[in-house]
Amino acid sequence: MSLIAITEVKKRFGDNEVLKGISIDIAPGEVVAIIGKSGSGKSTLLRCINGLETIDEGSIVVAGAQFLPDEVHLKALRLKVGMIFQQFNLFPHLTAGGNVMLSQMVVKKTPKKNAEAVARKMLDRVGLAHKFDALPDELSGGQQQRVAIARALAMQPIALLCDEITSALDPELVAEVLAVVRELAAEGMTLVMVTHEMRFARDVCSRVVFMHQGRVHEIGAPEDVFANPRTPELRQFLGVQ
Amino acid sequence: MTYQFDFGWLIGSLPVLLKGIRITVQLIVIGAVFGVAFGIACAWVRALGPKWLKPVVATYVELIRNTPFLIQLFFIFFGLPSLGIRMSELTAANLAMIVNLGAYSCEIVRAGIQATPRGQFEAGASLAMTPFQSFRYVVLVPALQRIWPALSSQIVIVMLGSAVVSQIAAEDLTFAANFIQSRNFRAFETYIVSTLIYLALAILLRQLLAGLGWMLFPRKASR
Repeated sequence: MSLIAITEVKKRFGDNEVLKGISIDIAPGEVVAIIGKSGSGKSTLLRCINGLETIDEGSIVVAGAQFLPDEVHLKALRLKVGMIFQQFNLFPHLTAGGNVMLSQMVVKKTPKKNAEAVARKMLDRVGLAHKFDALPDELSGGQQQRVAIARALAMQPIALLCDEITSALDPELVAEVLAVVRELAAEGMTLVMVTHEMRFARDVCSRVVFMHQGRVHEIGAPEDVFANPRTPELRQFLGVQ
Repeated sequence: MTYQFDFGWLIGSLPVLLKGIRITVQLIVIGAVFGVAFGIACAWVRALGPKWLKPVVATYVELIRNTPFLIQLFFIFFGLPSLGIRMSELTAANLAMIVNLGAYSCEIVRAGIQATPRGQFEAGASLAMTPFQSFRYVVLVPALQRIWPALSSQIVIVMLGSAVVSQIAAEDLTFAANFIQSRNFRAFETYIVSTLIYLALAILLRQLLAGLGWMLFPRKASR
């Protein structure tokens, strides 16, 4: 039984069809990496799963929550899938703790005391318990991204979407963020990540999806996809002859 | 030619002057609080609100920003009674200031909202907040922080502009000054005193607004 069922999804921006019929089923606990050139539609696909983009055809169902573009369905969908962005998108006027508490209190109406307890737990989980009172401005990029992960986790999602979450980081900060993701994967969190970290994809992911021109071009276990790319496009992307 | 300054009238006129100051302060406090609140609501409509409401707010904003404050005041105080809507001088003055500041602050706050990175709305949405919750809890405070200096200036401008409410006999500071100089025939001294009071009020108001900004918006611990 799949947790995320993406069926024949098509998405157009004007005349430009960016997703040309995507079907992927993701099982609970799977860690899926989506790779591909820029413009291949991988970020758009991820954003569709969270309802940040509407879809023109097909269906997306996450644990029984169907993606329909109205407020009630969007909320149900977004409570099940968290999202982490390339640019962190922390709320600049709130402390790290405040960032993690806000949506619990606003969306779930959690009392402040409980929200704070959850926030402390989640920040501890990403190794930032001591930064509870720090503003985003006072944190490094890697720390900001870890707060963003804590913020998503505080909503207790059953899956996390990661949109190139290390691409805006200085190279020496990438490892600390990936370490957190690796831990989440080990704990059984379902993860769908658009990434350029091929080593990480190979080590941690259970499946790799190679997208090309709005289609799933190749899909399979990382050993197969990386070691035996079948199509010339993937071979070219991976830089192997 | 020598001019003999005479401030001897000042003591006797103090009660009138103080009442004028009180009315002017009252006008600006009510005007600023409700004007800015109304402006924020209008800014929300123009930036993110329902489509059908946008032209209504846009019309209001353009109407107010392209007509003189004095005419708006006359319209409310002398015009509206023809429709059976009557109010005291002070109520009319308050209303005119709220309506006027509402329109200007709408545009200032809207600029702050529209300068918000798209990622902030998306982060709010991805955490299952409704668009209004994202606006209220995520976007609004940083947007106000961005435009706080401009908004503060506009509030001071409206405070100084409140001098014209004396034209409908609202008994503000300017009304008091006019009244006093018509009795003591010391126009020069009277307007020197009222000018200095306006200057002091404006400086005080700026300081208060700066302090309010300091309280409302987070700052780095270091610095």
